[in-house]
Amino acid sequence: MYSHYEFVTGPFAWMAFLIFIFGSIYRFYSLYKLARKKDGAVFEYMDLKFALRSIGHWLTPFGSRSMKLNPSMTVVTFLFHISLFLVPIFVFGHVVLWKENFDISWFTLPNIVADIMTLIVICSCAFFLWRRIKLPEVRYLTTVGDYVILLIVAAPFITGFWAYHQFPGFAAITIIHIISGEIMLIAIPFTKLFHMFTFPFTRGYIGSEFGGIRMAKDW
Amino acid sequence: MTESNTVTPVKEIDDKGILKGVEQLTPEKIESTILQVLKDETGAKLKVYVDTCVHCAMCSEGCHFFLSMDRDPKYSPAAKVKQTLWEIIKKKGKVSPEFIKNAAVVAFTQCNLCKRCAMYCPFGIDIAYVISVMRRICHKLGVVPLYIQDTAHSHSVSMNQMWVKDDEWIDTLMWQEEEAQEDIENLRIPLDKEGADIFYSVIGPEPKFRAQLIYQAAVIMNAAGENWTMPSMPGWDNSDMCMYIGDYEMMERLKKEHFECAANLRAKRIVMGECGHAFRSVYDMGNRALGWRMPPVEVVHAIEYYNELFENKKIKIKHKFDRPVTLHDPCNIVRGRGLHEMSRNVVRATCETFIEMTPNREHNYCCSAGGGVINCGPPFKNARVASGKEKAQQLLAAKAKGAEVVIAPCHNCHGGLEDIIHSFGVDMELKFLGDIIYEILDLPEKEE
Repeated sequence: MYSHYEFVTGPFAWMAFLIFIFGSIYRFYSLYKLARKKDGAVFEYMDLKFALRSIGHWLTPFGSRSMKLNPSMTVVTFLFHISLFLVPIFVFGHVVLWKENFDISWFTLPNIVADIMTLIVICSCAFFLWRRIKLPEVRYLTTVGDYVILLIVAAPFITGFWAYHQFPGFAAITIIHIISGEIMLIAIPFTKLFHMFTFPFTRGYIGSEFGGIRMAKDW
Repeated sequence: MTESNTVTPVKEIDDKGILKGVEQLTPEKIESTILQVLKDETGAKLKVYVDTCVHCAMCSEGCHFFLSMDRDPKYSPAAKVKQTLWEIIKKKGKVSPEFIKNAAVVAFTQCNLCKRCAMYCPFGIDIAYVISVMRRICHKLGVVPLYIQDTAHSHSVSMNQMWVKDDEWIDTLMWQEEEAQEDIENLRIPLDKEGADIFYSVIGPEPKFRAQLIYQAAVIMNAAGENWTMPSMPGWDNSDMCMYIGDYEMMERLKKEHFECAANLRAKRIVMGECGHAFRSVYDMGNRALGWRMPPVEVVHAIEYYNELFENKKIKIKHKFDRPVTLHDPCNIVRGRGLHEMSRNVVRATCETFIEMTPNREHNYCCSAGGGVINCGPPFKNARVASGKEKAQQLLAAKAKGAEVVIAPCHNCHGGLEDIIHSFGVDMELKFLGDIIYEILDLPEKEE
């Protein structure tokens, strides 16, 4: 068991981080290059002020009519994304690893907060799954890949919760937890999870078009 | 309701443009055409849009088709992308003629390119752009609804949308000039006047079906004492169905002709009639295709022009229009140019009672006719009108608050709303802003 642990926290972890970082940079670079070649107008109309105006509205809970019409989705989406982002970076167990391995550390979330946020992520994934199955307009669009991504995102949190609370078999679950987290990192550049990086650009562009040219709101 | 019965099933469509076009397709032709369009004409924008969509269906709420068709999932904006570009990209262009047939029906008749959904998508994905790419592919494959293709043919033969011959155009202007002289003695519609402040352009259907709008405009221009002109030669038509079928080469020719016509007369600016799609063509798509960030000659939409008239007190009115009105916000000049506050200024300056319909401004529901959908003609009329159900309810709600007249400052919206008003028993009167201004305009006494 110990050697498994060493592998997943050693070489496999390095690989996951490298793929995540360089994969994302590559995706970005190739999209940028293609945009420069084919979508000159995008650069012409991009406008920082209006891009930020649009992003600001859409990062404010209930900042758009769309969000107001879907209150449950809005609440869940915001709590989900905040938790999804904060827990892995600020949970005590992870910060300790950074401290031990690289002697760097930062603020940590109180355990109870991290625990609740973990549950939020898990419940949110359940909500998204329910939406995919239950709402006809979402089901119509859903592909196998969408379920896989949901699983990829939920797995590190389910296993993390399990390991933290030392439920039966937690030693093995810890290994799975680490692997699932690494899979998520690796998946980011190559799946729909990449939307975390494209969001500011798609939002910013339509915000620039609406703000600068169309002189209308886009929220 | 699982299967929508309000829309003609695709298998039974009766459109020769699409059916004959599909008959001539081979898998090789489909694949090579698609790959050419994807490789040469699209880039990171399309890729990012398609890859970023997380299939959340939040865009559904933005689409009047989806809402009117009892939330049938096929009509959500993302579902229309699924039936078109997703599949095409996934299969790298290896799709069947049958697929193209359905994709053409979806792209041409189930989306008004109104861009409302872009305001409901959390990522701001411009689905209208993706649907336009599908139309472009269909155009290159020769699979375009017959009626709208005919208007595009007219554009390429006569440089106007309605097969109006050069002499008929001049004749119509002179006829309207004569009519307008009933109101103002010695009124002129000055043709080809060089260096005028205003170059007034209209859409092809105005001389063809709504010639009185030209005479109303002439009366307003004369009452305001404008130094204005209309061209006697091709370039007078600012409309553009080629833009909507994806014939961008023709769109460029049309816009070039229009801008050059104004530039040759050294006009200071172009004022255009109450049309939405023509505005999109000169201000958004056509100018860009020609390489102009903004139109090379300033283009002012009628709403903006009327607003100026009232702000600068250039015209006087006898009294305000006394029946309660509501206002429809057309996509191309509201989401396309933010003219919604100006149109309200004009309404307040001209009408006694103004009742808002909800939702309004950027969030107004589309008339269901725009984006070339009404131009696809009778084969798709029933489906188009059925998709105006949500609009009908919105109008009825405004009527319940007392509105009797709907003001729609766009030709396409007029066509669409007229059908909706009749089919759903809305029973409201429909007017252009120009109709209202003309009706209440205070004209100098005519010397008998």
